[in-house]
Amino acid sequence: MTMSEPTSEETVPVRLHVNGVTHDIVVPPRRLLSDALRHDIGLTGTHVGCEHGVCGACTILVDGAPSRACLMFAVGAQDVELTTVEGLTHEDGSLSPVQQAFKDCHGLQCGFCTPGFLTTIAAGIRDNPDPDREDARDMIAGNLCRCTGYQNIVASVLRAAEIQREEEAS
Amino acid sequence: MKPAPFTYRRPTSLTEALDLLAQEPEAKVLAGGQSLVPLLSMRLSSVPVLIDINGLPDLARVTVDDSGVRFGALVRHSDLLAHEGAAAAQPLLAAALRHVAHPTIRNRGTTVGSIVHADASGEMPMILRLADGTLTVASSRGRREIAARDLFVGPLETSLAADEIAVEAFVPALPAGSGVAFDEVARRHGDYALCGVGAVVALDGAGSVEHVRAGYVSVSETPAVVDLTECFPDGEMTARTLAAAGEMAVGQLDPESDIHGTADYRAQLARALTARVLKAAQDDARARAAQKVSS
Repeated sequence: MTMSEPTSEETVPVRLHVNGVTHDIVVPPRRLLSDALRHDIGLTGTHVGCEHGVCGACTILVDGAPSRACLMFAVGAQDVELTTVEGLTHEDGSLSPVQQAFKDCHGLQCGFCTPGFLTTIAAGIRDNPDPDREDARDMIAGNLCRCTGYQNIVASVLRAAEIQREEEAS
Repeated sequence: MKPAPFTYRRPTSLTEALDLLAQEPEAKVLAGGQSLVPLLSMRLSSVPVLIDINGLPDLARVTVDDSGVRFGALVRHSDLLAHEGAAAAQPLLAAALRHVAHPTIRNRGTTVGSIVHADASGEMPMILRLADGTLTVASSRGRREIAARDLFVGPLETSLAADEIAVEAFVPALPAGSGVAFDEVARRHGDYALCGVGAVVALDGAGSVEHVRAGYVSVSETPAVVDLTECFPDGEMTARTLAAAGEMAVGQLDPESDIHGTADYRAQLARALTARVLKAAQDDARARAAQKVSS
């Protein structure tokens, strides 16, 4: 465990299913899911920004639905399937449509908010495979990019949907 | 920012949850956690025991009949918003749920949780008041129903006892001849509204305005609902009667200034939104009446 805890604090065993892999960890009940993913499991792709649900950097998929990892406790996430940004790549290691689209369209600048955008958009284009520009803006409205790279991120949403459609057609 | 230490319990039955709460009245109930977890993380609140009710799937049901919509304490905003039967029975629900935070927050947050959080800046406490709904609460002493008008007693404060859990909310169906609308002004879509207004307008058989109620978000300490029927003595919505309704509503609200807007600005938003939303609710009532005639 990399985070120091007072020795007296109660800890509980927690079993998390992340990107198809089961992890057994022992954490205090107050351990936020975002911290458990980063510090206890070592999946540092999930970023922690505001820690109160506003910025969206920690967004992961909980049973496929975009959710804030900073607004869940690890102990409460035992019976669900979690997908982090590390889980988005294809099984052969190649980039998923949304990852490729961010590369194509310069959808990231400093990259801090990127994991939350990628998970949000991956679910967004799954549910709406043919978004228009307005749908794309709506899809990303809950995520903040402090580089203000939104124009390229909107373009990335549209490109990601296009790649996804191409993949499905082939 | 991290929460202070607490003991975590995850009951597998409502009885067990109620027993836990009876033993530890300082405990808090966790459903969606989209308001509670930030409060704990920012240490604005701390709890000795957190009772996670996510293991009680019986509380995740939505049921719709002629009387209205019933939804349990684990029904997420997104599930209620997507429920076609609920939207048909009481369209106020979907109209307002679309404005509750962002889809990602709605995926986790629960509507009943939002109601008992009792934030006057939240859409759903006001909707329960506006639609004259009720909340069913349970404790180890039994169950009771609380009418929405008796539920909200102060800022973030309800009339629930410390050992009670909100298990289900009921929102009556929209009566025939009525229409609804909801709109709000926020700095960004998904933010807390600077002012939000919902309305139910009832028309008589001749299409004349019979009854008008409006509910207000973010301009009072508790969810506010105002009866504006008397502003339409001739049964007509005109620029003049709508402006009078806005004035009457503002007279009963008590907006406060904060970093996002002054009290005067909020009052002006309430005036403008009242006129806009009442008109939209009247249009909705007419459209529903026309649809009924043609079908």
